[in-house]
Amino acid sequence: MKRVCAAVIFLALVVWLLPAGSWADEKMLMMATTTSTDNTGLLDYLAPKFKDATGIELKWTATGTGKALKLGENCDVDILMVHAPPAEKKFVADGFGVDRREIMYNDFVIIGPASDPAGIKGKSIKDVLTVIKSKQAVFVSRGDNSGTHKKELSLWRAADLPVPEKESWYVQTGQGMLTTINVASERNGYTMTDRGTYIKYESNLKGNPPLKTLVEGDAVLLNQYSVIAIDKKHCAKAKYDTAKQFTGWITGPEAQQLIKDFKLLGKPLFTPNANM
Amino acid sequence: MDFILEGFVQALHLLAGGNPETYSAIWVTVRVSSYSIGCSLLMGVPLGFCLGYFDFSGKRPLRTVVDTLMALPTVFIGLLVYAFITHRGPLGNFGLLFTLPGIAIGQTILALPIIIGLSATAVESMDPKLRVTIMSMGANRRQLFISSLWEARHGLLAGAIAAYGRVMTEVGISMMVGGNIKWHTRTITTAIALETNKGQFGMGVALGLVLLAIAFGVNISVSFLRRRI
Repeated sequence: MKRVCAAVIFLALVVWLLPAGSWADEKMLMMATTTSTDNTGLLDYLAPKFKDATGIELKWTATGTGKALKLGENCDVDILMVHAPPAEKKFVADGFGVDRREIMYNDFVIIGPASDPAGIKGKSIKDVLTVIKSKQAVFVSRGDNSGTHKKELSLWRAADLPVPEKESWYVQTGQGMLTTINVASERNGYTMTDRGTYIKYESNLKGNPPLKTLVEGDAVLLNQYSVIAIDKKHCAKAKYDTAKQFTGWITGPEAQQLIKDFKLLGKPLFTPNANM
Repeated sequence: MDFILEGFVQALHLLAGGNPETYSAIWVTVRVSSYSIGCSLLMGVPLGFCLGYFDFSGKRPLRTVVDTLMALPTVFIGLLVYAFITHRGPLGNFGLLFTLPGIAIGQTILALPIIIGLSATAVESMDPKLRVTIMSMGANRRQLFISSLWEARHGLLAGAIAAYGRVMTEVGISMMVGGNIKWHTRTITTAIALETNKGQFGMGVALGLVLLAIAFGVNISVSFLRRRI
C-alpha cells in the first residue's frame, strides 16, 4: 500500500513538473538576437506590445550576432534581430534566411576616460586607431564575434592597420557590451560601443559615468539593425508565417513609433528606419 | 561596494514584494533541478550501489572514470547536449532546445557521476559484516539490497545534497541549452548572469542571495529528515 501511494505521488509530481505548452505552439515566435537589444530593455518593452497587437508571444535568446546567426543556420529559432549587415547578407545568400528588412539604427561611439590620455577626442576613426596603436593605449574589444566586434575588426582593416591580437594594450573580453564597458572603465581604457548600450550604462551610473563619448558621428560608425526570417526551404519547421507577421509589425508605423519613443535619460536609443 | 548592501535590501524587496520575474526564475530553477535530481537519483543510486557492492574485473578503472566525470565542466555538457538536440541534430525532432526538459537532460548528466560516485563510496564504507548478518537473518536478495541501501542512507543523502547543490547553481547548461528565455527558461543563475551583463550588480547580488536562501531551506529540511530517520 505504501509503495502504491509513493508511486502515485511520484507520478503526480512528474506530471506537475512537466512543462505546460509545447514547442510547436503556433502562437509563439522564437527569436535569436544580439545583447544590445536585450540589455537596453528594448525587447522587454516591445514584446508585450507585439502580443497585444497579434496575440503572438515573442521569446528571445540574447547572444552575440555570430552565435545568433549560427542558431538560425541550425534551425533553432524562427527569426533573427541582428546588426552585422555583411554577415547578414551572406546568411541570406547562403540560403538560410529570407526577407531581410532593416528596422532601425543607432551608431557606434568610441568612449574612454574623461582625461583622454591618448588624445583621440574628435579625431577621425583612422587617426584614432593609429594613435591608440602608436601610444599603446588600453583598448578593450568585445572579442566575441558579435556585431560590434565584427564592426571593430572592419575599422582596423579600413584603417590599414593589422588587427591587434596579443598586444598587451589590447584586451579582449569575450563578453557582452556592458561588461566590456565595465572592463574598460576598470582598466581606464578605450572601447567602442553602440550608443544604445552606452546610454544604458550612463543611466546605470545615474548619468555620471567615468567613461565619456570621445569620438562620434563618423559615417562608418553607423550601426544598422535588421530582422531576417529563417528560410522554410532550409528549415522545414521554421515558423515562417509567424515570423512574417513579426516583420510586418516591426516595420509598420505603430512599432516604428514605439522604437522612436524608447528613451533612457530622455535620450532615444534607436532611430527607426524601416521605411527609408 | 555599495551594490552588495543594495543587493541585500533588494533581495528582501524581491521576495517580500512578490516580484513576478524573480518568482518565475525561482520556480523554473526549483522545477528543473528537482526534475534532474529525480532522474539522476533513479538511475544513479542503483548504478552506484552495484559499483560499490559487487567485485568485478575493471572495477577500479570504472571508479576512476566515474570520479573523472564528476569534474565535467557545465559549459561542455551544455555544448554536447546542444549538439544533440539542436533542430538539425540527431534528437532535433523532439524540440527539446530552449525547454526545461532540455536543461534537465544536461543537468542529469552533470549530477549522475556525483550520485554514482558518492553512492558507491557510501556502500563501500559500510561494515562488511553487515552483509553476512543480513543474510544470516534469512533475507533474500531483494531484502538484502533494500537493507543495505537503508544502512547507507546517510551517505546517499550526502551525495544527493552535493548533486543538488551543483545542479541548482550551474549556469553553463541552463544558458547554452535553455537560452535564458524570460518567463520560460530563465533560472536564477542565468538571471544573475544577465543582470550582471546589464550592469545591474545590485539585482545580481539580490538574486544570488535568493538562491542561497533556497539552498538553506533545502539543507534545513534534509538535516531535519536526517535526525528523524
